[in-house]
Amino acid sequence: MSIEVRKPGLSTTVQDAGRTGYYDLGIPPSGALDQYSLRAANLLVGNDAGDAVLEVVYMGPELVFSEAAVVAVTGAVMAPKVNGEERPQWESFAVDAGDVLSFGYLAGGARAYVAVSGGVDVPVVLGSRSTYGLGALGGFSGRPLAAGDVLPVGSGSGSGSASAGRSVPEDLRPTWSKDVEVRVMMGLYDHRLSADGRATFLDTTWKLTPVADRIGFRYSGAELETVDREPPFGAGQDPSNIVDAPYPIGSIQVPGSVEPIVLHRDAVSGGGYMMVATVLSGDLDLVAQSAPGTRTRFVEVDLDGALALRAERRGRDERLREALGG
Amino acid sequence: MTATTETGARYSWGGDEFIFVELAEEMSLQANFRAMAITGALREQRPDGLVDICPANASYQVRYDPDVLNPHTLMKQLKDLEQQVGDASDVALPTRVLEIPVLYRDPWTTETLMRFRDRHQDPDATDIAYAARINGYADEDEFIAAHSGSPWFTSMVGFVAGLPFKYQMVPRDRQIVVPKYLRPRTDTPKQTVGYGGCFSCIYSVRGAGGYQMFGITPAPIYDPTQSMPDFTDFMVFFRPGDIVKFRPVDRDEYDSLLASVEAKEFRIKQAPVDFALAPFLDDPDGYNATLLEALR
Repeated sequence: MSIEVRKPGLSTTVQDAGRTGYYDLGIPPSGALDQYSLRAANLLVGNDAGDAVLEVVYMGPELVFSEAAVVAVTGAVMAPKVNGEERPQWESFAVDAGDVLSFGYLAGGARAYVAVSGGVDVPVVLGSRSTYGLGALGGFSGRPLAAGDVLPVGSGSGSGSASAGRSVPEDLRPTWSKDVEVRVMMGLYDHRLSADGRATFLDTTWKLTPVADRIGFRYSGAELETVDREPPFGAGQDPSNIVDAPYPIGSIQVPGSVEPIVLHRDAVSGGGYMMVATVLSGDLDLVAQSAPGTRTRFVEVDLDGALALRAERRGRDERLREALGG
Repeated sequence: MTATTETGARYSWGGDEFIFVELAEEMSLQANFRAMAITGALREQRPDGLVDICPANASYQVRYDPDVLNPHTLMKQLKDLEQQVGDASDVALPTRVLEIPVLYRDPWTTETLMRFRDRHQDPDATDIAYAARINGYADEDEFIAAHSGSPWFTSMVGFVAGLPFKYQMVPRDRQIVVPKYLRPRTDTPKQTVGYGGCFSCIYSVRGAGGYQMFGITPAPIYDPTQSMPDFTDFMVFFRPGDIVKFRPVDRDEYDSLLASVEAKEFRIKQAPVDFALAPFLDDPDGYNATLLEALR
């Protein structure tokens, strides 16, 4: 069973739940930027929640199936079509051998996830099938898909069975807005900000620039005031410079004290710019679905608040599994 | 939020899955050694729920699953480890000394740096001419002699896959310090030898970068296909603690080394050594001479 790529879309990559354990050597987790949509897509087609799918950005690919399969599309609003006829999202549907899957225009969110029963079966590299483009590692030949690529599909490792017409209940489907609140924990180098700089960071409505990819999401809106200092040895002269340090996934760095960048799952693992906060792991899904122009507020929570949010997400995941029999 | 202990180390939550620890605000080999000693001890204890342990120049971070490992328990364990490790000067590190050939002032980084002059402190000079001047060297040759004359300690691996940060093993008054580009470049040739702050680096892949560019090495340091002989065990060559001697080569030797890379025969020259911090700090030049003997 295979999928032929007739048109690749803007930047379509193979992604799964990601790889861990190699960040100390600069190899980031990679994996689906929106992990909830990944899990939902897989459970809909009877796969394991973390199996490999296609992550589609802004513009969909055109795919031809060599054999009958069950498919589901979640994430960004981007109507799937089989031989030109629309199919629902957040619901599994059948395709036959020779059928062409294409997509309508993006109408909300930024990234759609295409799961096929059996999972995309590219080789497992360092424990994951995810693509890390910067390092030409994993996925399909370490890169986004190109026209003519033929993707192998597995025979299925999932415990569930593949059947069409399975559907995510309305209340478990996320909706996308051009105004979002992203929860963060302040910290890391936030002491480099003045009280005013800190307030500006949390009070500004930031706008996502077109620089928004798997590595990072850059926002414009204000300049952050820093505290005067004598630069420590090895840090560099700019007040936003630090001695090169590790970057947590989700950390928000502010080069030159302007245009904060949320580092995402293909992030550089470290560097010399101050980070002032970290997006909660669960809210990285929300960042992933922000298209350029999205108005964003960074809302501070403490560790207890962050752990409460995790518990809430776990509950939602359990309801999703129950609903889809995963 | 962050909390500072009496040693000056700063502990911070990095969201709900990371703890970040800055051992010292400024760079020093002592801080780097402490980061390695603490993360080394943590690797041995490795509590359930710990996902990644990332030592860095003067700091480190860990990633954990708070559903398995209580964040406060982990935070306390890290602070205890810091106490146990102390100043780490009695720790001997089994590591290797490596020889990296460098074509300084090569045509590829020169072409790249000319394209990005609008982002540079000194648009009328090359990166190496600028670095030589602001560090008080008479000319570029003298600067290259300083850059390649003493060994470097790999104080962090990361940024992109397998990129080593290197800290010059000389007293601070002799260390080279240069600023990063005013604005980062969008392009850097693969295997560029770069410099920012007090760190030299080797770019492992082509891509963005903010460090000054001095030259290029023919030695691959990252091989995701693992087709080169140095990469049979793993796709990343460098490990924290690796000691590096840069060796200037001319264009002819560069071309012949590159041919051996293309024939998949090239190997980085290396020898095992034990590095101990205290004797190095007592007599850096003498200790370095002994270290480099291992490469002969």
